[in-house]
Amino acid sequence: MSLLAILGVISSAIFSGTSLLYTTLGEVIGERSGIVNLGLEGILLVSASFGFAVTKTTGSPYLGILASVLAGGLMNMVFGYLVVTRRANQLASGLAVMFFGYGLSALIGKSFVGAKINPLPRYVLPGLSGLPLVYTSLFKFDFLIFLVVPVAVLIWWLLYRTRWGLGLRAVGENADTAFASGRNPQRIRYQALLLGGMLAGLGAAHLAIAYTMDWSEYMTAGRGFIAVALVIFSKWDPLRAIAGSLLFSAAVAFQLLLQSSGVQVSPFLLNTIPYLLTILVLIAWGGNRKQAAPASLGRVYAGSE
Amino acid sequence: MSKVIEKVLHFPSLRQKSLNTATRYFLMILFAFLIFGLILFVSGKDPIQSYKDMFRATFGSAYGFSEVIVAMTPMLITAIAVAIPARIGLINVGVEGQLYIGALFATWGALTFPNLPAWILLPGMVFLGMIGGGLWAFIPGFLKSIGLVNETITSLLLNSVAPSINSFFIFGFWHSARDTNITPNFVSAARLPTFFGTRVDLSFIFALGLLMLFWLFMKYTRWGLEMRAIGGNPQAARRNGIPLQLYIVIIMVIGGGMAGLAGMSQASGYYGLLLANFSNGLGFMGFLICWLAGGNPLGILLIAFVVAVITTGGNLLQLTQGLPYAVINILLAFTLFIVLARPTLFSNRKKS
Amino acid sequence: MAFVSASENIAKPFVSMRGITKSFQAVLANDRLDLDLYPSEIHALLGENGAGKSTLMKILYGFYRCDAGVIRINGQEVGIHSPHDARNNKIGMVFQDFSLIPALSVAENIALFLPHLPAVLNIREINQHILEVSKRYDLEVNPRAMVSQLSVGEQQKVEILKLLLAEARLLILDEPTRVLAPHEAEALFKVLVSLRQDGYTIVLITHKMKEVLECADRITVLRGGHLAGTLLRSEASEDKLVSLMFEKKLVPLHVNREGKFSESGIPLLELKGAGTRLEGLVPGLKNINLKVHAGEIVGVAGVSGNGQKELGDLALGMIKCFRGRKFLFGKDSTSLSIQQMRRRGVGFIPENPLTMAIAPFMTVLQNMALTRTWSYARAGGMRMEWKSVKDDAEKTMQALEFSFPLYVPARSLSGGNLQRMVIVREMTHEPRLIIASYLTRGLDVQSTIAARQALVQARDKGAGVLFISEDLEELFTLSDRLVILYGGSMVGSFKPDETNVFEVGHLMTGSEVQHVQSN
Repeated sequence: MSLLAILGVISSAIFSGTSLLYTTLGEVIGERSGIVNLGLEGILLVSASFGFAVTKTTGSPYLGILASVLAGGLMNMVFGYLVVTRRANQLASGLAVMFFGYGLSALIGKSFVGAKINPLPRYVLPGLSGLPLVYTSLFKFDFLIFLVVPVAVLIWWLLYRTRWGLGLRAVGENADTAFASGRNPQRIRYQALLLGGMLAGLGAAHLAIAYTMDWSEYMTAGRGFIAVALVIFSKWDPLRAIAGSLLFSAAVAFQLLLQSSGVQVSPFLLNTIPYLLTILVLIAWGGNRKQAAPASLGRVYAGSE
Repeated sequence: MSKVIEKVLHFPSLRQKSLNTATRYFLMILFAFLIFGLILFVSGKDPIQSYKDMFRATFGSAYGFSEVIVAMTPMLITAIAVAIPARIGLINVGVEGQLYIGALFATWGALTFPNLPAWILLPGMVFLGMIGGGLWAFIPGFLKSIGLVNETITSLLLNSVAPSINSFFIFGFWHSARDTNITPNFVSAARLPTFFGTRVDLSFIFALGLLMLFWLFMKYTRWGLEMRAIGGNPQAARRNGIPLQLYIVIIMVIGGGMAGLAGMSQASGYYGLLLANFSNGLGFMGFLICWLAGGNPLGILLIAFVVAVITTGGNLLQLTQGLPYAVINILLAFTLFIVLARPTLFSNRKKS
Repeated sequence: MAFVSASENIAKPFVSMRGITKSFQAVLANDRLDLDLYPSEIHALLGENGAGKSTLMKILYGFYRCDAGVIRINGQEVGIHSPHDARNNKIGMVFQDFSLIPALSVAENIALFLPHLPAVLNIREINQHILEVSKRYDLEVNPRAMVSQLSVGEQQKVEILKLLLAEARLLILDEPTRVLAPHEAEALFKVLVSLRQDGYTIVLITHKMKEVLECADRITVLRGGHLAGTLLRSEASEDKLVSLMFEKKLVPLHVNREGKFSESGIPLLELKGAGTRLEGLVPGLKNINLKVHAGEIVGVAGVSGNGQKELGDLALGMIKCFRGRKFLFGKDSTSLSIQQMRRRGVGFIPENPLTMAIAPFMTVLQNMALTRTWSYARAGGMRMEWKSVKDDAEKTMQALEFSFPLYVPARSLSGGNLQRMVIVREMTHEPRLIIASYLTRGLDVQSTIAARQALVQARDKGAGVLFISEDLEELFTLSDRLVILYGGSMVGSFKPDETNVFEVGHLMTGSEVQHVQSN
């Protein structure tokens, strides 16, 4: 296994992990405010298809990214209307959004299957330009990749170092107490979902526009559900989410490498690892009797009496 | 008979309640069709013609109708798989996964014992399917009963594990010569018999039977009573001596068993082989149907039927009108949105 | 009555409440109460359960709205419609079950309620601020610690700091020492004294005599929603306070005392050295030694929150004692499940039937069968013999002279009828041991009388009853023997005619009394 091969794994992990990280960050924010979104898969698909379509029609990947972000935010607002204002069951609403996303994205993307788009420019990591081409080509990243870790840190800062973030976390733990402190839990939840949706849109944009540069039905391949699992795995912490996304994508890339080297480890079994790990981790914490999940996750806030 | 009348009269809200429920279902269905018509119109298709085609295809011919039944059957069983645990307040979103593992176990039976006669092999496969699904549901059920993890999260995670396990077995050991995604065809002894040249198979009878049994069980038996007590007030049920933890585990396993049965019937009846990732959200659909029907067996039957009509009709429209299948998903989603948003017409929902 | 406060110069009250009246449905919780609170004072609000102390303070804190009455702050009439308003008026309250968020740190919990929190948090500054104030009043806590890791005493410190940093000048503490160890309570009083030194007003809601006499400047006693009296500490004594707190009259409820019980028989229920864990904010039981014989009603007195509910749950088997043992009919039953206890003939009547004993959406008849589904099941459980359920229930209803519909959903019954329903259910199979936990709480007069009669009837037939109640009158008239719980321990055990309300009142409020004749 050559150095090149290992570097290839890392590069691939970074490429595919970026969209996963953005999505996970978005879901972290939403879950921190107490809302679990099973429809993430559908939201990703709609954002990706819309972003891709706009990129193709306008010729500008930047506009496409913007479109994707907006679509993600909007979709999550629809979800938010159901679960916050109408106080609907979060699981059922999420699944409804998922189905909606499957359908809408297929419609939007129909005429764009197989289309070619203008790629996002890629830049070599500063400081590496002196190396031979074979290495630098592995580490030419688009701006979204450069931004993803700073964004994660920004989200961390937002959650832990701002007044808004404190209020958001309070809502996710105990909406009544947050209300008693003079805050409006419903409004905060909408804000969280808007931001979360936009981040998911960003993730979808990276997947469709920067990474695969392609659109096909169901192309997100379960990333929405993986993100939900990763949120749990990262204990709802944006910084840990970086590690989680990287690990997961690296595992997938590594498995591909193993296959090409002739090592027979079933890719399917490898696929199960993130989920099984998450369950094990949940069991381990469960015994601690102190749940790491936001205390009011999934519960409907009844509003003031 | 007089006792029944006495009971009904003593229960003044009973009549009112069933009227409300019926109206609610009817309105839901009406909404669904209105929106579908709207979508058709917006997509530039003729809604009236589309509906005519759809109804002719599904209700106009016996075969068309049978296709609706074929689409409806697995959803009936998965809805039951959700409804049973829901009676004691458990949320079984893991039906997708339980479905796959049930199919897996049943397939093992079919491929390992191709020489057994049908009357041994099929019941055996049913049994295996139920064990597989039950096993998969045992994990979240057990963890919930000892208070470690919420059953929703674990069953969701396991949902994503199951198809990978299935694919592992298919690719690794069982795949047919021509395609690595599927197993070879099951022998005819391993296939559920069909009726009258249609694709409706024995699993339809299973489904109806299970619905009936579920209804009878909850209404008349001691355990149905205890389950309803748990669902109504778990802490009070505990004080009254009902063994809460035991019920949680057993009922989750039974729910999983039902899902496993659905998986087995897909593999054995519908496909005649095991296909990787064969479920297009069957489990989730079952969850939604059960939720829409409030866990009520009759409602499940009705709503599953409507959903089946929509999907079958949609399939047809895909051919005749060039309508993308995606539209069906949108229609389903819109119907759900309306019910979830709980406009005053649909008030009186107990489940939340 | 002009009051001169500790600082001696100020004679005008900070907060003045006049004519405060509040009812909850049929219950009059506050009846035209007046209260003045001055700066630099510790004011104790004393009274039994249901006296109205919490309600009055919750009105001041904006948690409830009074039906009538006026609140003035510094002479100005104010309307307090929410805790937010109260906080704006510099009033803060620490509730009995705290309102901290366990997953956040001390500093974050406090920051949530800071009035001028900047958009970008300056953690260091907040921590510093907290340290300053906490040092000043001896409320030291680590601002970075997670609340979930703190002990109960430390959590209380955080609650107080929260109020101080939110700039409150009036602090209301609701039963603050309920879950504190004696030395922690001592430390708390020192803190309160130093706060008073700095001009804070502190209202201490309590039922504990010792605390009141130790640190209060003035004491207001409430009884049954009325103002029983306001005294200076110098004027107060234990006896005087007890006489204000507890009703002197005893309504004679004729009860046949010639019960058939013999102390020599094997007790139906015996707890030996039983202790339960401290669960969060619930006091654990400590070293309980209790016996209930056949044909005897053992009354358990105490102000609620001193372990009575735990005692009832322990007897039933809902919680298990981690120390000591429990014996049922002479056999060790420490680890039996609730179903096993019930099968052996134990009945349980809790205080709130709707939330604790029945399935609200099922019919009354169906609920009747829930405690003994096995005995009514036929054909291996495939069907239930409802006729037997009905016959049994009707027989008991006749014997007790209760009447309520059988085929309606349980939740449509009134509170009184619900309790009757539960009593019928529990009594139907002639239980040998009945655990009744606050069974008449919230009931109307008629239902109360009916419930008590049912218990007496059962006792006369040879059952034993563990009767937990907060109504002293009822306890005195019905019990054959009386024990008192305080702080999770048994502090007294007598026959009713060996003692009187005042003595029991003393024990219930934690003051020591010489006369203890143990059984």
